[in-house]
Formats: sequence, structure tokens, C-alpha cells
Amino acid sequence: MHGAELLRKVVVDDAGGIRDAWLAILAAGMTAHGGRAREGELRTQAGIVVSQLGEGLAAGDLDADGSGFAPLRETLADISRSRALQGFTPTDTANFVFSLKEPVFEALGRACGSGSPDLATGVVSAGKLLDRLALHTMETFLASREEVIGRQGQEIAELSTPVVRLWDGILALPLIGTLDSARTGVVMETLLQAIVDEEAEIAIIDITGVPTVDTLVAQHLLKTVAAARLMGADCIVSGIRPQIAQTMVHLGVELNVVSKATLADAFAVALRRTGRKVVRQQAPTEERR
Amino acid sequence: MDRIPILKLGGVLIVTIQVDMHDRLALALEEDLTAMIVRTGARGVLIEISALEIVDSFIGRMLVSIAAVSRVLDAETVVAGMRPAVAITLVELGLELTGIKTALNVERGMALVQAGLSEEDDGHGSDRGRYED
Repeated sequence: MHGAELLRKVVVDDAGGIRDAWLAILAAGMTAHGGRAREGELRTQAGIVVSQLGEGLAAGDLDADGSGFAPLRETLADISRSRALQGFTPTDTANFVFSLKEPVFEALGRACGSGSPDLATGVVSAGKLLDRLALHTMETFLASREEVIGRQGQEIAELSTPVVRLWDGILALPLIGTLDSARTGVVMETLLQAIVDEEAEIAIIDITGVPTVDTLVAQHLLKTVAAARLMGADCIVSGIRPQIAQTMVHLGVELNVVSKATLADAFAVALRRTGRKVVRQQAPTEERR
Repeated sequence: MDRIPILKLGGVLIVTIQVDMHDRLALALEEDLTAMIVRTGARGVLIEISALEIVDSFIGRMLVSIAAVSRVLDAETVVAGMRPAVAITLVELGLELTGIKTALNVERGMALVQAGLSEEDDGHGSDRGRYED
């Protein structure tokens, strides 16, 4: 008997048996991993997968990428996507499909009787098909995880580039984390847009939160400064820590812009340039409230 | 549109670029502006580019060369109202327009040109050093 035909006969005729055996295996594996999936949900998923596997086989081919298995692939993709978001381990997710092998093989054995040459053909076909489906599940799982990571990266990038308005026409851009070219792009765009919105004359770039400044980071900083200058705003770089200042000098990195040690110094310069100054209302010796 | 209009206001020439610059237009502008500076004896040039959305390396270079020509004829160039996207593009192209003064909008650009003019009138150079440390 042909592999696909045999497999279809077994899966369709013995659907209930396969599903129950599979559920038992899944339930056993589940308790070992803390029981993340709910049993009712698992039962529904298993029922759908087994019936769709039968439908796919009924289409007559064993190609897991073929059109006959499209609904099953969709179901598996949905399951693995939701598992990725719920924080399942890759092993859990892969086992979901791999553990289907055992009940299917057993059902094949029951249908053919041991020692039959059909049994070997059926096992090989079923193994191939289920492996391909498991791979598909893992691919979706990883793609979903990468999507989550990508989104988080984007959120971090957005969170870590706030532009703060210190005074009329004075902006501060506290940079936190390493500057790579992708982030420099975001920083530049945010800063330039803020300069337009606030009609700023001076922008202070504070790099207290930047862990290291190498030639590349310095180049990115200079690009930002140059772009701000083209818009008609001056830039001051502040918050260069002692070690970083030393490293920069040793590396021969030159920032040809006004730089100040602290944000306070830079702010004072910015106020002076815009014709303002900070004065103390009371002498320091007088009584303080 | 064949030519970009050049307006004279006091001793300052004002150019506002309202259309997409193509190469021939930029060349014509440089020629017209040079002739106009010589004819009027203007001491300042204000180029307003807030409507300019697309720049390439040629247009960037034209801005630099207009500024250089103006300086030879003793007129100072201020570029005003550059859009963020244009600024980013120019920086990525490596054209940082060093030597050209920039301003956020026409008002500030005009103030900058006037400051340059009055500074030369009193002959003392007043507060310029403060702005360029």
C-alpha cells in the first residue's frame, strides 16, 4: 500500500485514539514544565491538529508544504505564535508536534501488524511529514520571538532619545546607551524636529549615559552637531566623564564642538548666549527656609 | 519657471527657493545673484529654503559656491529655514556647509545678516567673539 494512503487510512480511522494518546503525552510533558498550557485549550488544539492532518492526507500527497496542508500549517503557526508570546521554551513548542509521532506510529503498528513491510513505509512517511511540520512550527515560533525582540528594541530606542526643553529656545538631549548608526538616525531626526517645533537656538547633547566614546560614536555625534548647525542651532556637548575624556584623547578623537564637563555648565553657557543669567535672590549667609 | 526671483531689501538680497531646484536653475541663480550683488553693492545675502524638500550633492555644492562667490564680493550669506530631512541628507553627503551661517527661520536669518552689517559699520567687531568659541 502507498505510504500516503496508509497514513491517511490510519489517521482518519483512528483519529480519536491518536488524539487521546497524544493528549496523554502532552499532559505528562506539561506537568514536567510547570503546566503552562491549560488542559481544555490543549484538547481543542490537539483535536483540530489531528483532524486537519487527516484532511491534509486526504488530499493525497505527503508534501507538508503543499496546498493540502495549508490549513494545518496555519493552525500550527497560530499555536506557536501564541506560545512564543506567552513565553514557552522552544523545546516545549517543538515537542508539541514531535510528541504526535509516538501515537501515530503506534496506530500504524496496530493497523498493519508487526513485521509488515507496509509498517516501515508508513513510519518513514509519517516521520518525514511530522518533522517538516515541526520545523514549520519552530520557524513561526522563532519569527514571532524575533518580532517581539525587534519591537522591544524599537521601543528602547524611542524611550532613550527624549528631547527636553530646558528653557525658551534651549533644548537638552540626554543620550543613554551606545550610539550606533541606526540610533544616531533616530536621535538626529528627533532633535532636528524638536529644534523646528521649539524654535530652539541652542541644543545641549548630554552624553553622561553613553558608556564609551570611540571614533565611531564621535563621528555620529559630530554628524548630529553638523545637522543641527545646518538648521541654524548651536550644539554644546556635555557630560563627558573623566575616563571618557582620557580615552578620547588617547584615541585621538577630536570633537570640534563646544564641550562642557557637566550639563549645568552647558546650561549656564546656553543662558549666557541667549542673553540671560541666573542670579541668587539671597546671599548664602542669610537664613534659609 | 526659468528664474528664481531675487529681492533687494536695504543692503540685503533675499532669495526664497519655492520650487524644486534642478541643476540649470541653480546655475542661473548663482549667475543672477552674482550680477545682482555687483549691481546693488549688497552686503548680505539671505537664502530661504524652507520649501526645499529635495537636495542632492550638486545643490549642496551650489549653496557652498554661492556663499564663496558672495564672500569674494564682500557679501555674507545666511541660509535660513532648512528642513530636518534636508539637513540630514546634506550631512550624510558630507556637505556640512562650513563657512555658511545658518538660521532657523527668515526672521532670525535677517537678524544675523543685520548683525553682520552693523558690526562692520562700527568697526569694533563687538560681540562676535562671544558667539564663536
